[in-house]
Amino acid sequence: MTVLAVTVIGRDRPGIIAEATGVLGRLGGNLEDSTMTILRGHFAMVLVVSTDADMGAVEEALASMAEDGSLSVSVRAVPVEPTAQPAGPAYLLSVHGADRPGIVSTLTAVVAEAGGNITDLSTRLTGELYVLLAEVDLPAAADPDVLAQRLRDTAARLGVEVSLRPLDPDVL
Amino acid sequence: MNGLLPELPDGQVRAVLRAPAQALADPCSEVDPRDGSVVTLAADLLATQLLSPGCVGLAANQIGVSARVFSLDVTGHPKARTCHGRLVLVNPVVVTATRLERGREGCMSVPDLTGDVRRASRVTVTGLAPGTGDLITIQTDAFEARALQHEIDHLDGMLFLDRVAGAHALHARQVYL
Ligand SMILES: [Zn+2]
Repeated sequence: MTVLAVTVIGRDRPGIIAEATGVLGRLGGNLEDSTMTILRGHFAMVLVVSTDADMGAVEEALASMAEDGSLSVSVRAVPVEPTAQPAGPAYLLSVHGADRPGIVSTLTAVVAEAGGNITDLSTRLTGELYVLLAEVDLPAAADPDVLAQRLRDTAARLGVEVSLRPLDPDVL
Repeated sequence: MNGLLPELPDGQVRAVLRAPAQALADPCSEVDPRDGSVVTLAADLLATQLLSPGCVGLAANQIGVSARVFSLDVTGHPKARTCHGRLVLVNPVVVTATRLERGREGCMSVPDLTGDVRRASRVTVTGLAPGTGDLITIQTDAFEARALQHEIDHLDGMLFLDRVAGAHALHARQVYL
């Protein structure tokens, strides 16, 4: 059994998910985690699939999807590892302000420096407003107040607003 | 006299600022509710809110005035339960806030996005009436409670973008109906 990451990116149209998962199903693949979204009109999907088929066979079976050049499909093996449990609580980093180069790279570098691991990220540009939202796992040893202050200092230099708040799960 | 709101002059419709305007990020200052400029501001907020379709509340810094004043009216809103009608509060304070609930909200200053935000669904808010300076206490729930907290956040220089519930809790604004 191998675990493969299948990435499909390209021009959006109806039916892409059905085709990709149909091919994988016929190869005996079992979908584990997946994510898909539309980014500025472009289809973007990553599927993690476990299968007994070898990687070459999966690549070959998916190749037809890329034939007309509107989609790019790639397959790569991912090592099977136990998923690391976050050591500490999760936080939500929220940034908004006027769009300018470097907002994401500069602020995520501050998070990385504190040992924070970003587990989910989305950014949006609407008009002049740029918004970044990132879910961050912090190591138990990291001080969220210190990180929040560093983020505020950095954000002030970039001319954007920032907040770092504990992410409370909705348990229903 | 209209419920809790003293008689106000006719207001002028003002332009509503959009993020990333700096005035939306700066906390507002407390003001004297009896000051003539505050009465004018109250009337302008109501006039602007009334003319903006789907707008249930407006904070002074959304029209570029750094004053702790907002207008609110959730009358007829499908998610409202308790409703105090047309309100303007000066120097408002959230006194109690309980029972967090997640709900989707939008903002005149962030017109293209909505967000899922956890807020208290029961609140007590106090504030002063424009003109008279009378103390007003609002006990409310559901959408009116959410809207009050949203407006008071504005006065603290915060947007709902600072409070969304997760990395995927922002949505492109849908046009309903
Ligand atoms: Zn607002």
